[in-house]
Amino acid sequence: MAYGETPSQTVGPYFAYGLTAGQYGYDFTDIADTTIAGPDAEGEHIRITGRVLDGNGDVVNDAMIEIWQADANGAYTENPVDVASSGFRGLGRCGTGTDAQNRFYFDTVKPGVVADGTAPFVNVIVFMRGMLVHAFTRFYFDDEAALNAKDDILQSVPADRRDTLIAKRVETRTGVQYRIDIHMQGDAETVFFDV
Amino acid sequence: MSTFKPRDWGSHAPYIAPGYKSTILRGPTQAPLAIKSGLSEGTGPRFAPASVRKLDFDLTKNGITNGEPLGERIVVHGKVMDTDGRPQPDILVEVWQANAAGRYVHKVDQHDAPLDPNFRGSGRCMTDANGNYVFYTIKPGAYPWGNHFNAWRPNHIHLSLFGPGFATRLVTQMYFPGDPLLELDPIFLETQDASARERLISKFSIEKTEEGFALGYQFDIVLRGRNATPMED
Repeated sequence: MAYGETPSQTVGPYFAYGLTAGQYGYDFTDIADTTIAGPDAEGEHIRITGRVLDGNGDVVNDAMIEIWQADANGAYTENPVDVASSGFRGLGRCGTGTDAQNRFYFDTVKPGVVADGTAPFVNVIVFMRGMLVHAFTRFYFDDEAALNAKDDILQSVPADRRDTLIAKRVETRTGVQYRIDIHMQGDAETVFFDV
Repeated sequence: MSTFKPRDWGSHAPYIAPGYKSTILRGPTQAPLAIKSGLSEGTGPRFAPASVRKLDFDLTKNGITNGEPLGERIVVHGKVMDTDGRPQPDILVEVWQANAAGRYVHKVDQHDAPLDPNFRGSGRCMTDANGNYVFYTIKPGAYPWGNHFNAWRPNHIHLSLFGPGFATRLVTQMYFPGDPLLELDPIFLETQDASARERLISKFSIEKTEEGFALGYQFDIVLRGRNATPMED
């Protein structure tokens, strides 16, 4: 017997105390937060950061971003809850309502290559009030041009929209950052995937 | 890992749904680009019983400061399965909601209704080996939301699940049977298919109702099914 999918609904504006309680200062534990990799995790430690912009170009302060990524060796972790062994969780979750500029940010390691013919990337889901269905995207890295040119999925994206998926490496006083904004609409509308 | 059947867009609302005004500037305007589901989508976070603390599944107790929360106690039972009817074990279900007066503890919620010092409104539970979950809570109240004149959200509980892979991620809302606000609510109505909308409404259950304590509701959740043929690496 076939069953129909349960429809997706919006997270609404008040997800914080249920899904990102620690970040917003509510008295509840988190199953994931802005730390994807702890200090002991193998690999190059980076921060991924950016903003979510609506169709007017205004910064969204009530979005939630989730990231799922491979470790520095290109492996997805078996048990993201157990950070004790490797310091690597694989899963990150961040609301855009606590940073002064309403950015999302993740402290992680640069992922390795998951399979031949693919470039390093992180999987991303965007949730917010005003989205009845969450949207999937990916962040690639601008210093991986050679691998990016061989990545089947990135190359399947129309050339003039590929840049919307590529985070820019910036060296800062506190370490390496990759910066990328998510544009929900407009000339620079981010490419979203039907996975 | 496995790959998953494509999302059934007939069961979901469109990104741009003008009845729900916030979608107009926030929904993507271009169709999502179809990609073949692979390792990145077929894997996902797997949670362990240690992810859930003792009182997380009981929202009538996990926010208490000086007494019992106000409102109608309910117990929500459900089965998480895929579109082939296969039970989904060990799935984390996160829940959050307004209190009985229709007020969220969220700082941004300025609705002029009382906060309840004994109700936070968030919790979580996991499905068992047969895909069944249960949590206790207070029936949430309706609240105004400014989308249009005299707009009130029907009573609802938000639920969040990952399923067996990142591709099966789902955030949904459980509604209550017989709620007169459902037929006026754009968020509910923008799911175009009437039978899909029915899947968002829980069923009152006298069997699940606990004598002298809490009314029972059943809310089953269906996630995308797996492809028949496993992916070859």
